[in-house]
Amino acid sequence: MRFVDEYRDADKAQALATQIAALCEPGRQYKFMEVCGGHTHTIYKHGIEDYLPESVALVHGPGCPVCVIPMGRVDDAIAIAHEPGVIMTAFGDMMRVPGGNGSFLDAKAAGADIRMVYSPLDALKIARTNPDRRVVFMAIGFETTSPSTAMTVLRAAAEGIDNFSVFCNHVTILPAIKAILDSPDLRLDGFLGPGHVSTVIGCRPYEFIARDYGKPLVCAGFEPLDLLQSVHLLLRQLAEGRCEVENQYTRVVPWDGNLRALEAIGRVMQLRPYFEWRGLGFISHSALRMRDEYAAYDAERVFSVPGVRVADPKACQCGEVLKGVLKPWECKVFGTACTPETPIGTCMVSSEGACAAYYNFGRFTRQRLTEASSV
Amino acid sequence: MCLGIPGEIVEIKAGHDDLAVVDVVGVRRAVNIGLLEADQIGVGDWVLVHVGFAMSKIDEAEAAATLALLTGLGQAYTDELQALAESDIS
Repeated sequence: MRFVDEYRDADKAQALATQIAALCEPGRQYKFMEVCGGHTHTIYKHGIEDYLPESVALVHGPGCPVCVIPMGRVDDAIAIAHEPGVIMTAFGDMMRVPGGNGSFLDAKAAGADIRMVYSPLDALKIARTNPDRRVVFMAIGFETTSPSTAMTVLRAAAEGIDNFSVFCNHVTILPAIKAILDSPDLRLDGFLGPGHVSTVIGCRPYEFIARDYGKPLVCAGFEPLDLLQSVHLLLRQLAEGRCEVENQYTRVVPWDGNLRALEAIGRVMQLRPYFEWRGLGFISHSALRMRDEYAAYDAERVFSVPGVRVADPKACQCGEVLKGVLKPWECKVFGTACTPETPIGTCMVSSEGACAAYYNFGRFTRQRLTEASSV
Repeated sequence: MCLGIPGEIVEIKAGHDDLAVVDVVGVRRAVNIGLLEADQIGVGDWVLVHVGFAMSKIDEAEAAATLALLTGLGQAYTDELQALAESDIS
């Protein structure tokens, strides 16, 4: 396939690795957080860490939409799914996420009508073709998916479809980054900014990170060379004493984002005062709910939602993994009690979760390195 | 979900301003293009598709690279493509 080599060229990767090493101050340790789960996946899949000097560590962040859903919200959704006449719809990623009383798959086996959809528009179509049923869409995700939910609600309203509602769990990335910056657990030197969230919100909203916290951020693409180049840009800023928001992924991310998408979100949704994130606890203004004008499409108002709060299982350390305090393999149950087939924690469920990515790819690299060093 | 799939617009649906047919490695499906400026998008353009919506216009080089990356992701991509193939937006 054309062009791919541009982003995969091993010589270029090696050249970047050399430049990265040259920019590192001797004796200094660097910690950069990749916020996005898609980046985590690329890092493990392509062994990006092998190209970095030992003094540069990549820390995985909270940017996996499925991973941050608290167990109580899964239980609430399952309670809605068991209401008479309800068809619950959800992305495939959501099906195996454990709640306090099992997952969507378990609820389906117990008789609830839960269907996998690719798009909220597919859920709307199910509502259109099943006028005698009440169709609920389990909305999850950051700013990459919230515009789609908003547009779907606008479409439902325009068509006058009244048997469709949204169980809104959309979260926003900036408060989570702020919570991590305010947390005393972790000292970071900079961020690899999420690529596709930034296509919607643009680069400007990250400026407080540089201005108020003194940490550089580079919006990064998803190819191996994108990530290496972004690390290089971060190190160059530090070496030159600069602290800015830079856009490495200019071929996709416009500086101002997608104004139509932001407008759609703003019309249909508003910030919640607070929302619970799995492992991170309650974070102020970190999630979206439906505006009053669209109350008829808000599953939290159409149905009586139990509002369950469930503490994470004691053995599970997803919270520490999501904050970057622990690496996946440092979790007590990683790869033993918790695997992609039988996940205890959410980070093991989604392909964007750090634990699943590491379980599928990274552990082999690490095993190799450990064996090599013990010879 | 956050990775997005690049597809080439092969048809703008007549009578539905916000619907287009995209081709993703041979799979043709309708996607919503209502989040892009209508005058900036046409047949032959590449877009990044997230959960049934074209979220940004991209150049062909980026599209090819992203497709290759996604293909390399194995199961995650296969699942996403399978989900897209089962999608029936109208």
